[in-house]
Amino acid sequence: MNQLTIETHRHPLSEPVIETFDLTKNFGRLVAVDHVNLSIREGEIFGLLGPNGAGKTTTLSMLATLLKPTDGTAKVNGHDILRNSDAVRRSIGIVFQDPSSDDILTGRENLYLHALMYGVENSVRELRIREVLRLVDLEDRANGQVKTYSGGMRRRLELARGLLHRPKILFLDEPTLGLDPQTREHIWQYIRRLVDQERVTIIITTHYMDEAEHLCDRVAIIDDGKIVALDTPERLKQIIGGDIVRLRIRNPRLSPIKELAYVVKVEQTDGFVLLTVKDSSVHLQEILSLVGNVDSVELRTPTLNDVFLHYTGHEIREAEAEGGFFERTARARSNRK
Amino acid sequence: MTELEGLYALWYREFKVFLREKSRIVSSLFTPLLWVVVFGGGLGSSVSLGGTNYQVFIFPGILTMTILFSSIFFGLYIVWDKRIDFFKEVLVAPLSRLTIFAGKMLGGCTDALIQGALMLAFGVVLGVSYTLETVAAAMMFMLVLASATVSIGLVIGSRMESPEGFNLIVSFLVFPLFFLSGALFPISNLPSWLGIFTVLNPVTYAVDGMRGVMLGTSAFSVILDFGVLLAFSAGMLVIGSIAFSRMK
Repeated sequence: MNQLTIETHRHPLSEPVIETFDLTKNFGRLVAVDHVNLSIREGEIFGLLGPNGAGKTTTLSMLATLLKPTDGTAKVNGHDILRNSDAVRRSIGIVFQDPSSDDILTGRENLYLHALMYGVENSVRELRIREVLRLVDLEDRANGQVKTYSGGMRRRLELARGLLHRPKILFLDEPTLGLDPQTREHIWQYIRRLVDQERVTIIITTHYMDEAEHLCDRVAIIDDGKIVALDTPERLKQIIGGDIVRLRIRNPRLSPIKELAYVVKVEQTDGFVLLTVKDSSVHLQEILSLVGNVDSVELRTPTLNDVFLHYTGHEIREAEAEGGFFERTARARSNRK
Repeated sequence: MTELEGLYALWYREFKVFLREKSRIVSSLFTPLLWVVVFGGGLGSSVSLGGTNYQVFIFPGILTMTILFSSIFFGLYIVWDKRIDFFKEVLVAPLSRLTIFAGKMLGGCTDALIQGALMLAFGVVLGVSYTLETVAAAMMFMLVLASATVSIGLVIGSRMESPEGFNLIVSFLVFPLFFLSGALFPISNLPSWLGIFTVLNPVTYAVDGMRGVMLGTSAFSVILDFGVLLAFSAGMLVIGSIAFSRMK
């Protein structure tokens, strides 16, 4: 029965729970979010993927009514974020990048406070606190002060807190930022469990490619405040049109390679040749015989990183090295004159 | 209903944290005790004012100091809350800003009053004699003063981003308020330039009122003292609510 309901919940025709209409936010001259139009369906895990400063958190903050848009608007659970911000706030949960639990209080006390602030009924309060604690496996440590928790436990407490008042939508801002790989996998499991057991719609922001790929049903790639692509991770990767073959080679003969019908794209960087190849396992032999003396070959299926590169012309990591949001703000300011 | 529960939640948090951070209580009582025991005891051995022991004379002033310092510095915790995302979570909750302000304010008053009550109990050691009425009246004065000064701290805290900035602003405020309040000297024979500042300082009326209630000597009538203090509190509460409703 469960399985069936989950399927209908993820049915592509189900009503959108979030719709944005040319949502825009400027900070001075910097356009942080630029006319974004999104439609997010009930019961999906929706990812906003982009480098730091791309506008993910700003978008989230506007949907959560923490920031007022400069232009455009959005509907969250049928409520307009400008006209009906109270109703929006009541129907959503949000988990911030930084921990928002009080260190000195216990996990249970933090949940109790949240239940009071969000008007969780007295009669179900205790029950609900126990439920969410069980959901994130924190029952044993619920009476310990939060300052004794590990990073992963804190994040799980935040997830529990976000869910306490049974929101229809849960916003997670970089839910696994700064956690080690093993803990991140755990958090993903918990997030999936929330969707299956609580039937919430989840919107996450992330700059981790693997997180978007493994966790999200659909991913919107956002760069410089604009949505550049939006689809399931599978279909986004199909856009690349083949596998990636990376050759380490000194003097490649590229002209015969470019003739081949199954080679979609050829790129050359210092010492490396990057090919996008259809049915690469069948054709690898022929490529190798034509291109010349190869030092090494690497064959892989495309990742969202390749998709990001395809659409934006740069990698997520490069964008980060260029600086995040504050650097962009600073640059926009110094350009003002 | 939700607003009331939210109010309780905010107060409950401040109270729990206060009880758990025992060092806060100890450190906040240390300075006033030093004043009353060392300064009061030292100067009191050669000075007495109108038949009253100097140590006893400044005791209502030191009570005021306890409330003043602990309540204004209470605003610092809001700066810390802003540093972690706790405060963002409170702001995004479906609560009115007035409720958030009131919850914080009551939490701060509770902290300050507990410290004030502990100091008040210390008065017995100094030989201050209490009746139920004087204790109740002194507590009322402390409550009204605390509601005003906690609000000041919260207003400053709501505007500051760093604890250092907060401390700087508050020290500029807290020491003049204390020294110009007549906590350490009688205000009846002051040179006129000093007298003006003292009369304009609302904290003066807290000191004077408590002195009247506890020792039976005051420059103004106790009713006037309490009235001025109430007006001061009302003004600060309004400013505090406005500051919170404008906070981003």
